[in-house]
Amino acid sequence: MTSSWPLLSLVTFLPLVGALFILVTRGEPDVVARNARNMALWTSLITFFLSLMIWAQFDNSTAEFQLVEKVEWMPEFGIGYHMGVDGISMFFVLLSTLLTPICVLASWESVKHRVKEYMIAFLVLETMMVGMFCALDLVLFYVFFEAVLIPMFIIIGIWGGARRVYAAFKFFLYTLLGSVLMLLAILAMYFDAGTTDLPTLMQHGFDAGMQYWLWLAFFASFAVKVPMWPVHTWLPDAHVEAPTAGSVILAGVLLKMGGYGFIRFSVPLMPEATEFFAPLVFALSIIAIIYTSLVALAQEDMKKLIAYSSVAHMGFVTMGIFTLTMQGMQGAIFQMLSHGIVSGALFLCVGVVYDRLHTREISRYGGLVNNMPRYALVFMVFMLASVGLPGTSGFVGEFLSLMGAFQANTWVAFLASTGVVLGAAYMLYLYRRMIFGTLDKDDVKAMLDLNWREKAIFAPLIVLVLWMGIYPATFLDVMAVSVENLLDNYQTAIAAGQSAASTAIAAR
Amino acid sequence: MFAGIVFLPLLGAIVAGFFGRIIGDRAAQIVTCALMLVSMLLSILAFVDVALGGNPRTVELFTWIQSGALDVSWALKVDTLTAVMLIVVTVVSSMVHVYSVGYMSHDPAIPRFMAYLSLFTFFMLMLVTADNLIQMFFGWEGVGLASYLLIGFWFQKPTANAAAIKAFLVNRVGDFGFMLGIFGCFLLFDTVNFDQLFQAAPEAVGQKINFLGMQLDALTTVCLLLFVGAMGKSAQFLLHTWLPDAMEGPTPVSALIHAATMVTAGVFMVARLSPMFEYAPQALMVVTFFGAITAIFAATVGMVQNDIKRVIAYSTCSQLGYMFFAIGVSAYSAAIFHLMTHAFFKALLFLGAGSVIHAMSDEQDIRKMGGIWKLIPLTYGLMWIGSLALAGVPFFAGFYSKDIILESAFASGSQIGHFAFWLGILAAFLTAFYSWRLLILTFHGKPRADHHVMEHVHESPKVMTIPLIVLALGAIFAGFVGYEAFVGDGRAEFWGASILVLEGKDVIEAAHHVPLWVKLLPIVVGAAGIATAYFVYMLRPGTADAIAEQWRPVYLFLLNKWYIDELYDFLFVRPVRWLGRFLWKEGDGRVIDGFGPDGVAFTTRLISQRTALLQSGYLYHYAFAMMVGVVVLVTWYVFSRMA
Repeated sequence: MTSSWPLLSLVTFLPLVGALFILVTRGEPDVVARNARNMALWTSLITFFLSLMIWAQFDNSTAEFQLVEKVEWMPEFGIGYHMGVDGISMFFVLLSTLLTPICVLASWESVKHRVKEYMIAFLVLETMMVGMFCALDLVLFYVFFEAVLIPMFIIIGIWGGARRVYAAFKFFLYTLLGSVLMLLAILAMYFDAGTTDLPTLMQHGFDAGMQYWLWLAFFASFAVKVPMWPVHTWLPDAHVEAPTAGSVILAGVLLKMGGYGFIRFSVPLMPEATEFFAPLVFALSIIAIIYTSLVALAQEDMKKLIAYSSVAHMGFVTMGIFTLTMQGMQGAIFQMLSHGIVSGALFLCVGVVYDRLHTREISRYGGLVNNMPRYALVFMVFMLASVGLPGTSGFVGEFLSLMGAFQANTWVAFLASTGVVLGAAYMLYLYRRMIFGTLDKDDVKAMLDLNWREKAIFAPLIVLVLWMGIYPATFLDVMAVSVENLLDNYQTAIAAGQSAASTAIAAR
Repeated sequence: MFAGIVFLPLLGAIVAGFFGRIIGDRAAQIVTCALMLVSMLLSILAFVDVALGGNPRTVELFTWIQSGALDVSWALKVDTLTAVMLIVVTVVSSMVHVYSVGYMSHDPAIPRFMAYLSLFTFFMLMLVTADNLIQMFFGWEGVGLASYLLIGFWFQKPTANAAAIKAFLVNRVGDFGFMLGIFGCFLLFDTVNFDQLFQAAPEAVGQKINFLGMQLDALTTVCLLLFVGAMGKSAQFLLHTWLPDAMEGPTPVSALIHAATMVTAGVFMVARLSPMFEYAPQALMVVTFFGAITAIFAATVGMVQNDIKRVIAYSTCSQLGYMFFAIGVSAYSAAIFHLMTHAFFKALLFLGAGSVIHAMSDEQDIRKMGGIWKLIPLTYGLMWIGSLALAGVPFFAGFYSKDIILESAFASGSQIGHFAFWLGILAAFLTAFYSWRLLILTFHGKPRADHHVMEHVHESPKVMTIPLIVLALGAIFAGFVGYEAFVGDGRAEFWGASILVLEGKDVIEAAHHVPLWVKLLPIVVGAAGIATAYFVYMLRPGTADAIAEQWRPVYLFLLNKWYIDELYDFLFVRPVRWLGRFLWKEGDGRVIDGFGPDGVAFTTRLISQRTALLQSGYLYHYAFAMMVGVVVLVTWYVFSRMA
């Protein structure tokens, strides 16, 4: 299905155009800053509404890639500019375009120096994120996938906190290692199949022996992005040092790149390796859930606490994906979307108080419900969503992925479910220390409740959290056919592999 | 009609919660109470239509979660079991709403309190009207949230915050089992909707399930997992620790949530799932066991507590134990009967205690009360009614329901049934004892409060006493009125298909034919309990202290609630905290970062520094290196040609 308008390219590159406009503005620093803010906000808002068109034009009933654009790029190498979305990737595009204007708004006052460059970085980041979720060619994907890191690296390194350089380098070091291996794997695939076009590769059927190596190479890259234990330690540092909006995008979208990569590449291209390595992923996921939940319980810095909770929540995602059941897979995707919104919102909540008191130390706060009741309510909603209370988005994803896990292996479900208890423990403990209690610190007393800009940021997120919790069908229906198709193909490939193996044994 | 019952309280919560500040305290009270009363009237209509008219039905609202074979809707299923719960929940909730208008009148956050109460009621109603396990779980967690919010209502108090978190977490431990139970159901039956589950359950008898590497009987496993959830919510032994602490919340909350409704959710759940539990006899045995142990455990602890609310809390815990062992011997209807009568008299006791606390200027320690019965005669009389019902004195509500439970346990004829029967008899003695201990210490003897407090002792306003009177009427008549339909000859017609008891397991019928001594024994031990308390506390004050002194270890053991909190602190809380710190500092900090990024960075720097040393800048160094290179190359070339 091709559309008359190159909608995906428009959504992808519109932010870049906005960034160019900001780049060429000149004048007084104040004026430039104001123009940059407005320009970034409008560009990202228009992009968001344009991206809603993708949803409007989307056809739920087919698993085919939609809104496909295919232009020859390096025809002699079989590499093309190939874009398209299906039920799996569509909402990630929307998640990216939704969070960007929110990030721009969240940085409205808190970023004071180099505003122009900051806004440019965010718009470039948006282009790269959207492009990555739409890319249907391995090389194109790789370009976007890696390019995402550059603006993020810059955002942490320039607008970050005191130890920003350490955090930025740690972030880069981890991701680089994985990327190199993935590039090698892409090259190997190209030499084996002669193309990097994803739909073509899905039909290719790599040799089982080769699959294992390819899978491990991709795994190295995706696991760092998720991040899975034990390659997660960059995340707390990156979050702590990143500016609020950087944390929002990092938790909201960048962490989803790994999970998306598993679903888009590892499962369909390397089904046999996926089956083989599933226990490894389960083990790492469970460790992530329990280990990081325990660590979160011990945190004194609120951003670190939420960062660790992200690792635990992403553990549910990786577990759900590799159950390779309908519930597990849909639960994992749903959990990623939900986590994108909820953890993003939690970082925004941290940002609200950080802007006022300039500290992330939990013990410096306390009793906020007395002077910031609206803030307390907003924080409560997102805390409960993070805890996975039924009726919020967090429940649906967590519950479905656990349900899938129970079908795959009861031990996995049993151990992962302990995360439900621990998750409640660290979030309630955080909430109690910050919000409840008596208000006895003078500087905390002086803090004001949410202003209009902050309310405008939180309102859509709260609506989404409840919508996804009460009527998740809107989202589950869109992805159902694509996920079903993915799992069917996977089962077929596994069955084919087994029958090939058994005939080989019979022939012997 | 059903939608009205469930959603009117939600509407009230939204109005009071979000617009409370705008419309003011009084309006918030009026809106929430009025909507709640309408919901109550509708519930009564629904009860007449569904239970008495025999017209159970389900209203589907819209799809909730649909993924593969999993297909769950928001629905309101009302059959007799639900209709009974609707009555209990809405009546008690309405009375508590009205009572709160008086009780909380001095609180600065009235709209918030009313909103929480209504929100709780909404979740509770969603729980009892669920037609599938996941919606039940929604209500289940929702009431947990409301309970968390209400226990921690006075958020300035650190103890209240701690109790709120404890309640939520202990319940989460139960929910952990509940969730696994739901997953198990789905794995076995490919559905979590009640009607389909119940249809499929008989065919699953004897089926095995692989759980944690063990081959176990499928239905037993699933039922036990679900029961873990029920244990958490209904504060059964081992998961009971949150309930006494929950008394940190305002007293109306204790009456509504921690006596009459939420804590009975576990009983309701197992009764609702009777078509599954009936096919899992071993699971029922476990239920009986835990019920009986809880009944006796909580009664022993309740005997020595000094906080008026905690005594009643342990009493609740104990009575829930009765309900569970009734269920365990397949006397579901008796359990629900007791659930209903208990809701009335326990809410009455709690609200009466609230009235006492109100009169005593917020004093809760019964050692500092006494001598006030003439000053607050109405409250005193109402507390008497509640205690008479609780102790199972003939013709009060508790008499009918507790007797049928004990008789059923005896009539079941099984070993575990007799075990429960004897523990239940013992607990009945203790119940009567601690009830009168409470009455005597609170109202009689010399005043032990200082004169400032005593001067202020006053009867509560009408807005508080009228709900008490309504509940008192329930505590007197509910047993007598309900007996015939709930557990008498009309029971088959009354319950219809909402409760399943297998052929040949009709213990209620057998309970009507037990020997006379079994029927009389509960009354005798009840009277004995009252007499003992009267002797110890009224005739010979000081006897109790002497006994406590003589049996000090036992007394301390009971006073400290069998040291279970301390045990959990030692087993779970401390290790988890230590482990969290250890994994963070050592695991992440030293091992992963040490060998990972920091290690790599360090090594890289080291190597680069060493390499940098080579670049000395002296020409002869480079010349020497080049010479060495040339020699090596030539040697290699020569040797390879020779080979």
